[in-house]
Amino acid sequence: MTEECELFECGHRACGGCGPALAARLILKATGENTIVVASTGCMEVFSTPYPETAWKVPWIHSLFENAAAVASGIEASLKKQERDEHVVCICGDGATFDIGMLCISGAFERGHDITYICYDNEAYMNTGIQRSGATPYDADTTTSPAGKCSTGNPRPKKDLPAILAAHGATYVATASIAYPNDLIKKVQRAVSTHGPNYIQVHAPCATGWGFDGSQTIAVGRLAIETGLWVNYEMMNGEVERVRKVAHRKPVDDYLSVQKRFRHLYRPGRNEDEIAKIQAIADANAKKFGIDLNVVKEE
Amino acid sequence: MGLNIGCAAAPGRARDNKTGSWRVFKPVFKYDKCVKCGLCEVVCPEGCVREGQDGYYHPDYNYCKGCGLCAEECPVDDIELVQEEK
Repeated sequence: MTEECELFECGHRACGGCGPALAARLILKATGENTIVVASTGCMEVFSTPYPETAWKVPWIHSLFENAAAVASGIEASLKKQERDEHVVCICGDGATFDIGMLCISGAFERGHDITYICYDNEAYMNTGIQRSGATPYDADTTTSPAGKCSTGNPRPKKDLPAILAAHGATYVATASIAYPNDLIKKVQRAVSTHGPNYIQVHAPCATGWGFDGSQTIAVGRLAIETGLWVNYEMMNGEVERVRKVAHRKPVDDYLSVQKRFRHLYRPGRNEDEIAKIQAIADANAKKFGIDLNVVKEE
Repeated sequence: MGLNIGCAAAPGRARDNKTGSWRVFKPVFKYDKCVKCGLCEVVCPEGCVREGQDGYYHPDYNYCKGCGLCAEECPVDDIELVQEEK
């Protein structure tokens, strides 16, 4: 292997074991240098570009929290006019994608711009101190959905954004996880080589916000897949094409018990009702996408 | 430090910021059982593990924050975390 140029450079200020930082590296590995990145406000914008430093070695633009998709639309339209072939890639957090930027994303996808919108999903507003977003899963403890005597954390389930954007007529929609780097790279490559609009949602565990040790980032991401709480799949023109199957699906406890944002479910005693509800979410995912592999047991 | 038009910064200038000083635990690559699979390079959120001329992978301690992901994910358990001494 020859010396590869790293397009997302060392020296950024992400926490040790940062899931989104790893996602950024892998995404740029996949897109290559012929890329223009549009970022929204978020953790990634803040840790990678404290002026005058920048970790990016590709053209990178940040405007506002809500308008990454609109900025990307303009860039794409301009490149088209100039007959240039750069990939236009938005890399935004889940707050900017699920909540604040929804209007601009909806517009860009409805107009059918040839862009790839990638959401690194760390399931809350981590940059401002862990406030809940539309991507926060059921029962997660955040600073705006605190668990206590009167609450067991976030009362609402996660928004199904891939389905919403598929309904906009997106060409290619996929979910991926940093726990499976090669799968993520392949999906990003497929997205940038497909005429858009395309959407990829990347599960990117946040050690600080979720409450686990930085060395466990990939292990936690893997557990989300193995328990069925996160499903990796690809959709082409609204049809689910490929789904990552799980051979022996683990109980959701394996995933919940390693994160501080779910610790209220285990103290003082195990909260059977709430954990059963989360298990039901995993079971519903498994049924919807058919992720369970039928392993024949030997008698 | 003057401001550039559009607040543009030189590409990759984050390298000025040596994040290695954050480290509490240092991953020591032992090269006893290393099979050169390169997983440590893939999983490093800093991108500071690079392949050397010898085919083995080497971390850049100027930037390694000591998160321990490489040690955790190494399939042959050949990376050890030791307390940093300064």
